[in-house]
Amino acid sequence: MPAALVPSVRIQRQDFDVAAEIAGLTQGRADIGAVVSFSGLCRDEQGALSALELEHYPGMAEAEIGRIATEAVRRWPLQGLTVIHRHGKIRPGENIVLVVSASAHRQAAFEAANFLMDYLKSRAPFWKKEHRVDGSEGGWVEAKDADTQAAKRWKSSSE
Amino acid sequence: MMTRLIYFAWVRERIGTSEEDVELPAGIETVADLLRWLQSRGEGYEHALQYPDVIRVAINQEHVDHREKIAGAREIALFPPMTGG
Repeated sequence: MPAALVPSVRIQRQDFDVAAEIAGLTQGRADIGAVVSFSGLCRDEQGALSALELEHYPGMAEAEIGRIATEAVRRWPLQGLTVIHRHGKIRPGENIVLVVSASAHRQAAFEAANFLMDYLKSRAPFWKKEHRVDGSEGGWVEAKDADTQAAKRWKSSSE
Repeated sequence: MMTRLIYFAWVRERIGTSEEDVELPAGIETVADLLRWLQSRGEGYEHALQYPDVIRVAINQEHVDHREKIAGAREIALFPPMTGG
């Protein structure tokens, strides 16, 4: 039994390079057959939004995403897992979040990335505030019930 | 014993501070008790916590539900449903 994979979890203000993150997982290895990457970007909401301000809970953000990533490693045979979540002011078109999962076969990589994103949406301590182009108070983005429901489908019978 | 309370997003804005250290009065045993007590501390708290069911809580940086006992908690965070990702 190989040593359990330790996922890489980073909470940072600065942008990330998707290609470099993928290369970081695959470089120098010949046992990975599938890499799935998901990037979440800031939308401009038909031109109305000038930026999103992402507030987070330092310490818990790393810990909670770490717990979710560790659960993914327990459920799927992964050979690499990287999760990056940005905070601070993010403009439309910029990256917010990245999940990269690597496995021998595609199904595990797809499912693990999907699982990570569903749980991240409803359990990672981040909050988005809108800044509007017209200068008006945009307010806090409301949590979507659909995101909570999406996370529930991963509940195993043992929980 | 002092307990650190931390607030985020609109909970923080309505209460008017991001964190404070409080001495919890006797009889505050669960998260639900804490929310009820905080509501009585002034207008900002009342506004922030008027619908306690929507408030999410973490003790020592782990999610808990409102029935959780708070004995021994160093850090209790109150915040709205999360909107990351």
